[in-house]
Amino acid sequence: MKQTPSINATLLIAVLSLAIILLLPHFVHDKYYLCVLSFVAIYTILVVGLNLLMGYAGQVSLGHAAFYAMGAYTSAILTTQYHLSSWLAMLIGVCLTAGIAYLVGVPCLRLRGHYLAMATLGFGWIVYIVLLHWDITGGTSGIQGMPNLSIGLPLLSNQAGHFHLAWSNLLVFDNDERHFYLTWAFALVILIISANVVSSRVGRALRALHGSELAAATLGINVARYKVQVFVLSAAYASIAGSLYAHTVHSISPSLFGFTFSVSLVVMVVVGGMASVWGALLGAFSMTMLVEWLRTIGQSVPSLREFDVIAHGIILMLVMIFMPSGLFVTIRDGFARLFRRRTPQPLPAPPAKEVALP
Amino acid sequence: MTALLEVNQLSKIFGGLVAVHDVSFAVQSGQIKALIGPNGAGKTTLLNMISGVFPPTSGTICFNDKPIQKMATHRVAQQGVARTFQNVELFGEMTVLENVMVGRHLHSRGGFFAAATRLGGMRAEEQRIARDAMLQLDRVGLADFAQERAADLPFGHQRLLEIARALAAEPKLLLLDEAASGLSTREKSDLVEMIFKIRAAEITVFLVDHDMDLVMGISDEVVVLDHGEKIAEGTPRDVQQNERVIAAYLGEEPVDVENG
Repeated sequence: MKQTPSINATLLIAVLSLAIILLLPHFVHDKYYLCVLSFVAIYTILVVGLNLLMGYAGQVSLGHAAFYAMGAYTSAILTTQYHLSSWLAMLIGVCLTAGIAYLVGVPCLRLRGHYLAMATLGFGWIVYIVLLHWDITGGTSGIQGMPNLSIGLPLLSNQAGHFHLAWSNLLVFDNDERHFYLTWAFALVILIISANVVSSRVGRALRALHGSELAAATLGINVARYKVQVFVLSAAYASIAGSLYAHTVHSISPSLFGFTFSVSLVVMVVVGGMASVWGALLGAFSMTMLVEWLRTIGQSVPSLREFDVIAHGIILMLVMIFMPSGLFVTIRDGFARLFRRRTPQPLPAPPAKEVALP
Repeated sequence: MTALLEVNQLSKIFGGLVAVHDVSFAVQSGQIKALIGPNGAGKTTLLNMISGVFPPTSGTICFNDKPIQKMATHRVAQQGVARTFQNVELFGEMTVLENVMVGRHLHSRGGFFAAATRLGGMRAEEQRIARDAMLQLDRVGLADFAQERAADLPFGHQRLLEIARALAAEPKLLLLDEAASGLSTREKSDLVEMIFKIRAAEITVFLVDHDMDLVMGISDEVVVLDHGEKIAEGTPRDVQQNERVIAAYLGEEPVDVENG
C-alpha cells in the first residue's frame, strides 16, 4: 500500500526549485530571460489560485483569464485615467474582482463538472468581448503607460506653518531586475499563504468536497459556501497577478486575456500537478520556458511558428497519460525512491490486528 | 427516555413514484433502533430525508424537538446527526487520518484567514484536531493505518473508517446505512461489538439493514417498511411473529431467526 510521502520531501523540493529560480538572475544576465522569469512569477500566482479551485476543490474554471484581465484593467484605468496610487488601484482591483467572482460564483458553482466549465468559459468570453468593445478599455489596442510600482514613506513637512503630506519614493520598481524581485516577492507570499490554507481545516474541507460533496455535507461542511469562497480567493489571486502585469509590462490589450490563455493556465495546473501548491511553481516555470523556447525556434524556422499551440495540446495529453499526478509529485516520489534505495529501511511493523479475509 | 428523533407522517414522491408513504415512528434517546424491509422498500430514502440529503414531500422530522425536515444537509449535521453510506463515501485521495480529521469539522473553527496567516490559535487547533481524530481511529482499531490512502484500505476497514469519521463529529444520533453489507462473518461480529460500544458512549443508533441476524440480535426496537409504508414496529420478537412482515419477506428472503 502506498504511504503518503513525508512533509519534509515536499518542503525539500519546494525550497530547491524556488532557490534555483531565484538564483537564476545571478547566472543568466540576459535581460530577456529576466523578463520571462517575472512572467513565471505572475503565472505562478494565477496557477496557484486556479489549483486551489481545480486541484483541491475540484471545480474547473475555463474563464480564469477574465479575473486576470479585471485586475490588469482596473489597475491600468485607475492609474492612467484617474491617476490613483498604484497600490490603491491594485487593492480596488482585488475587491472589484472578488465581488464579481462572488456574483458569478454563487449561481455557477451550483453546476458541476462540465457545466461549470462551460459557464466559466462563457463568462470569460463575455469579459473578453467587453474589453474589445468598451471605450474605457481602449478596444483592441488596450491601455499603455501604467506607472511603476514603488515603495515610499509618508513625509510630513512643515512649510510656513502648513503641514503637507508627501510621499518619498524609496524604491521604484523600474527595471527588469527590480520587476523580477517584486513579482517573486508576491509569488512567494501567495505560495506560502496557499500552502498554509491547504494544510489546514479549510484545505481538508476543500479536498473532502472534491472527494464526495455528499459525505462532506453530512459532516457539517457548508459545501456551497466553501466552493464560493475558494472561487473568490482564486479570482483575487488572478487580479493581483493582473495588476502586477500591468505595472511591470506597462501595456495591456485584450489578446492577452482570451480563451487560449485560460486554457494554458489549466495546462500549467495539470503539468505542475493537481492539488499541489508547489506544483504550480513548476507548472508555470516549465510551460513558460517551453513556450519561449518554441517561440525562438519559430523565429528561425517560420514553418513552426504556430507550433506552441499544438505543443500545449500534446503536452497536456502526454502528462495526463504518463504523469497524471504532475511534475511535482513525480519528481518528489523519484527523489524519495532514490533515498530509499540508498538507505536500507527497517522492515515495516506487522499490522497489530490480523486482517480478516472475506 | 425521551424521543430524540420523531418522524411524523413522512412521505416522499419522486415524479410519479411514491417511495415513502405516511411513515411515523420515534427513536428514543439511547436506543439501538433498526429499520428493515425488502429491497426497494424505501429505507435509504427515509435515511436520506432524516440526514437532510433531500427534503420530504410532506410530513415532519423532529430532532431534539426541533423540526429539521427543511434544513440543508450540513445544518442537520450541526444538530448532531451523523451517518454512513451504503456505498462507502470516503474521501479516497486523503489519508485515513485526514478523513477522520474532516469529521472534526464541526468542532473546530479556523477559516481561510486563520489558515492563511496561521494566526488565532491555528496551530494549537490543528494539533487538537489530529489528536482527537487519532483517538477515534484507535476506537475502531485503525490507528496503524493512519497514514494510508483511504482508497487503499480493504473494504471492511473502509466501513470502519466511515464509522470513525462519523463518530468524530460527536453526534447524538448515528445513522448506519447497510453497515454490515459486504462484510465477512468475523467483521460482522466486530461491527456488532462496535455498535454496542457506541451505544455505551450514549450515542443513539438508527440502522438500516438487510441482515436479519444482525438486526434482530442487537436492536431494542425494529421498524419494518414495505413498499414505502410502515407495516410493523416493535421488539425484534414481536416483529418476527408479525404476519405482514412474514408475508412481505416471503419469496424475498426467508426470515432467519437463529443467531449466527
